[in-house]
Amino acid sequence: MSVVEDTQTLRAGTIGDSPARPDGISKVQGGYAFSSDLSADGCLFGATLRSPYPYARIVSIDQSAAWKISGVEAVITADDVPGQLTYGLISQDQPVFASDVVRYVGEPVAAVAALDPETARRALDAIVVEYDERSPLLDPETAIAEGHELIHPDGNLIRHQRIVHGNPDASGAVVVEGTYEIGMQDQAFLGLEAAIAYPDPGADGVELHLATQWLHEDQGQIAACLGVSDDKVRLVLGGVGGAFGAREDISLQVHTCLLALRLGRPVRMAYSRAESFLGHVHRHPATIWMRHHADAAGTLVNVEARFVFDGGAYASTSSAVLVNGITMAQGPYACPNGQVDGYAVRTNHLPCGAMRGFGAVQACFAYESQMDKLADACGLEPQEIRVRNAMRTGDTLLTGQPVMNVAPVEECIRETAALPLPDEPVGGAPLGDGSPNVMKLPGGAGRTADTRDIVRGIGWGVSIKNLMYSETFDDYSTARCRLTDGVVTLKFATAEVGQGFITIAGQIARTVLGVDEVVLDQIDTGVGSAGSTSASRQTWMSGGAVDAACRAARERLFEAVGRSYGIEPVRFMIDGTDVIDTAGDLRIPVSEASAGLEIEETVEYHHPETEDLDELGQGNCHTAFAFVAHRAVVDVDPELGLVKVIQIATAQDVGNALNPLSVVGQIEGGIAQGLGLAVMEEIIQIDGVIRNGNFTDYLLPTFLDMPPVLTTLIEQPDPHAPLGAKGVGEPPCISSTPAVVAAIRDALRQAGIEKPLNRVPVRPADICL
Amino acid sequence: MTVAVPTTLDEAVRLFAAEPSAMLLAGGTDAMVEINDGHRRPGGLVIALNRVSDLRTWRHDAERRTLTIGAGVTYSELMQEPIATLAPALADASRTVGSPQIRNAGTLGGNLGTCSPAGDGLPVLSALGAQVRIVSAAGERAASVDDVMVGVKRTSLKPGEMIAEIVLPVLDGWQGYAKVGVRNAMVIAIASACLVVDTDARQLSIALGSVGPTIVRCPEAERQLAAAVDWAALSVPSDALDEFVGLVSSASRPITDHRSTADYRRHAVGVLAKRLARRAFTAGERRS
Repeated sequence: MSVVEDTQTLRAGTIGDSPARPDGISKVQGGYAFSSDLSADGCLFGATLRSPYPYARIVSIDQSAAWKISGVEAVITADDVPGQLTYGLISQDQPVFASDVVRYVGEPVAAVAALDPETARRALDAIVVEYDERSPLLDPETAIAEGHELIHPDGNLIRHQRIVHGNPDASGAVVVEGTYEIGMQDQAFLGLEAAIAYPDPGADGVELHLATQWLHEDQGQIAACLGVSDDKVRLVLGGVGGAFGAREDISLQVHTCLLALRLGRPVRMAYSRAESFLGHVHRHPATIWMRHHADAAGTLVNVEARFVFDGGAYASTSSAVLVNGITMAQGPYACPNGQVDGYAVRTNHLPCGAMRGFGAVQACFAYESQMDKLADACGLEPQEIRVRNAMRTGDTLLTGQPVMNVAPVEECIRETAALPLPDEPVGGAPLGDGSPNVMKLPGGAGRTADTRDIVRGIGWGVSIKNLMYSETFDDYSTARCRLTDGVVTLKFATAEVGQGFITIAGQIARTVLGVDEVVLDQIDTGVGSAGSTSASRQTWMSGGAVDAACRAARERLFEAVGRSYGIEPVRFMIDGTDVIDTAGDLRIPVSEASAGLEIEETVEYHHPETEDLDELGQGNCHTAFAFVAHRAVVDVDPELGLVKVIQIATAQDVGNALNPLSVVGQIEGGIAQGLGLAVMEEIIQIDGVIRNGNFTDYLLPTFLDMPPVLTTLIEQPDPHAPLGAKGVGEPPCISSTPAVVAAIRDALRQAGIEKPLNRVPVRPADICL
Repeated sequence: MTVAVPTTLDEAVRLFAAEPSAMLLAGGTDAMVEINDGHRRPGGLVIALNRVSDLRTWRHDAERRTLTIGAGVTYSELMQEPIATLAPALADASRTVGSPQIRNAGTLGGNLGTCSPAGDGLPVLSALGAQVRIVSAAGERAASVDDVMVGVKRTSLKPGEMIAEIVLPVLDGWQGYAKVGVRNAMVIAIASACLVVDTDARQLSIALGSVGPTIVRCPEAERQLAAAVDWAALSVPSDALDEFVGLVSSASRPITDHRSTADYRRHAVGVLAKRLARRAFTAGERRS
């Protein structure tokens, strides 16, 4: 007699539930060990000497005084790099240490190891580097115009790519045009760069514990620079306090390993906040010109654009950021014709590379500002013009690539519009004594405004983001599933950077295999690559790998049960925590069925192949797409130029929310980052020198700047995604930025002020002067 | 590096006299930032003042109508009653400082000792005409706060001198502080202003922060607005307010740096001055 289960009841910890994160409690209580907490008995402390100049020739490096300091154990420069002298994610153009030329302020020139951090710092001061300063290349347009000597043997142009699609000369009754600028944003993760390297006995190999986004990519780059085979470099993931793209490139990995191997002792390196600003890549500043053509009803006819990304001194992922930007030029809208010209250039600014949104952020600020202009010109409301042009499954990008994923752009817009607007007036409910609550006004604690000084505006942003890597890159993921005695052990190299993959990995295993207990093995290079924790790809790729490995293990389990009971394995399925015979009465708990078995399956999950772009920018270069809409309500003080975001409403295309709480967490966090870019976050460089490399002057939104977020998840499982689930990490930070800026423009219009606000972050003076 | 932890003011003064190059450490909210940024390396003696109980007290003299605040009183304490009622602008300014943790550590004496033009307490001390009691092994002296502040992070304190107390008048009349930053809390001022009205004397004063090498007073604007105020009704004509804004803006001497531009700062102090004056004088409007 079988029991009929209520299928509506979700078994705890399975897909669709929001179980507690394994790392959650310890992080909240402060007990979690981040990489910067790593230490070892007898370890030495490394430190890095960095260039003070944006562009200079190194005449000489005199280490002699450093060696004389008691407690200094090693001083190394480019001369001490045994393997490849340069590294890089796409092209290997960045030196481990600058030897002949420094190309940005903060470029590593030497490293030291000492008994304590203070001695290491004094050793850096004692190294005398003679520089011959050169005139830096700081203007991207100069780089394009070949108006400066080559600052790198690879040239000043990192990549130029065009897109020509349909009839690029097509026009319509309405034409709007604008030039937009995006400032340099920092990922500003809270867990600073840190690693500890343990040399093997005999010092022919090394084990590095570190915070990173992609263990195997680091492994390959480190091994090449050390001049050893990959298997001599083993990486173990330390606690990662956020990443957002800033841990995709090498920072202190090679230096730490070099010092440890040279000394045969463990070496620890950890960056300060100031050093972190110099030590990792940032979001590309960009200048984007766009001209949109539409018919009188507001239907897009043609999009023309020119993108210039300032890549800074080294290539990093600039060429891929460029392709993301230009291929998203039309936004989440159908458009038959287009012509785009894109440049990623080298300058003597801080190197730029991956940051959450990866090129799509810059494009979105431009095309969404344009869509508002178009709405105005056509006499349409912002959401009307967006619905009218909303992309659908089967529509093509300007690259000619059809969007074959679920594409609920219109649903995202309509569901966002259906969320309630804030019911509180400007300033919120008055306090007990009748006075307004200043903390709810722009200016906040500074008491700069009274209620009557404030106007409220509403703005929209909608975006498209490609998921996974593009242009033929096979960013596969690997997972191993072991099942024995009803316990699943998962092994993967997926970097858990705070996004919550370890939580959903357990959920997938519980769902597929009907177990309750899932053990997560150490995250290290002891299993195949998982690809990077970036590009909104791990739920899809590593989730797909874990799912596939668990399914493979399940087949083995069914075979074993089939042998025991003389039943064809194909008749079995998992029901709750039991194996059941779908054509008979057999029902046995998975724990019993797997008792004494040692099932182990390792699976690689690959996404479908993609293509390169041709000369005209045509090709199916992307893997998959996700969409989101944002509506911002912002209170603005037009006279002082201060703003307070009051509410963000959003509906996001998530496919299938494997862990709804984690999805909402990603959405709220991404919106905070998008809000930061809209109104405060920018690295300021003057003459190539960073001026605000600290959290006193690089401002991040605080709790008082972050509004309530209303969220609707658009759950239309994507047939191409292994679990129907799309990545959710990047979309929230892409169109929240233009939504906030549009709301500021709207508020100003109500105060009778027209401001283009074509640059983010919007500064007070941009609003009021 | 040696750290001395005196418990009395006499002991602290003696230690300082013996080593005038010593670094004074109160809440550490400025000193630790400088150390962490590598701008300062305490090599010799550090005198930690937080155990000096004499510095951590305040008193209200109702007869003389003064409020005397020890240099080691924290921003959090300045936000509490009765100080919040006796010196409302000082409480306003204290609420804008950093985060709760910073306000629990940072002190008014430290704010003056650091003497940053962005110090949030300093426009208030200037507008109130605070007197500073300065002690050293040679004795003590009093100086007006405007005479103590001489430049960017420069005071007129001589070697071995330390700030003991700050004496403020307790006034009848509206007073308030407003500060512009690019974030709604936990931010350094890019322009700030304090307006203090003394209804008994029919005078007012306004002091500006972050728009000059040190706190900027605006005597011309003060005289102009005081003359225009209807002191019986506590109201002011709007054209006089406009003139006041112009005089305040032109008294400022801002610079352009990575935080803001001179033009914006000049504009912003004018707007702040107008809004503070509006809160002080527009009849029927509650203070917000």
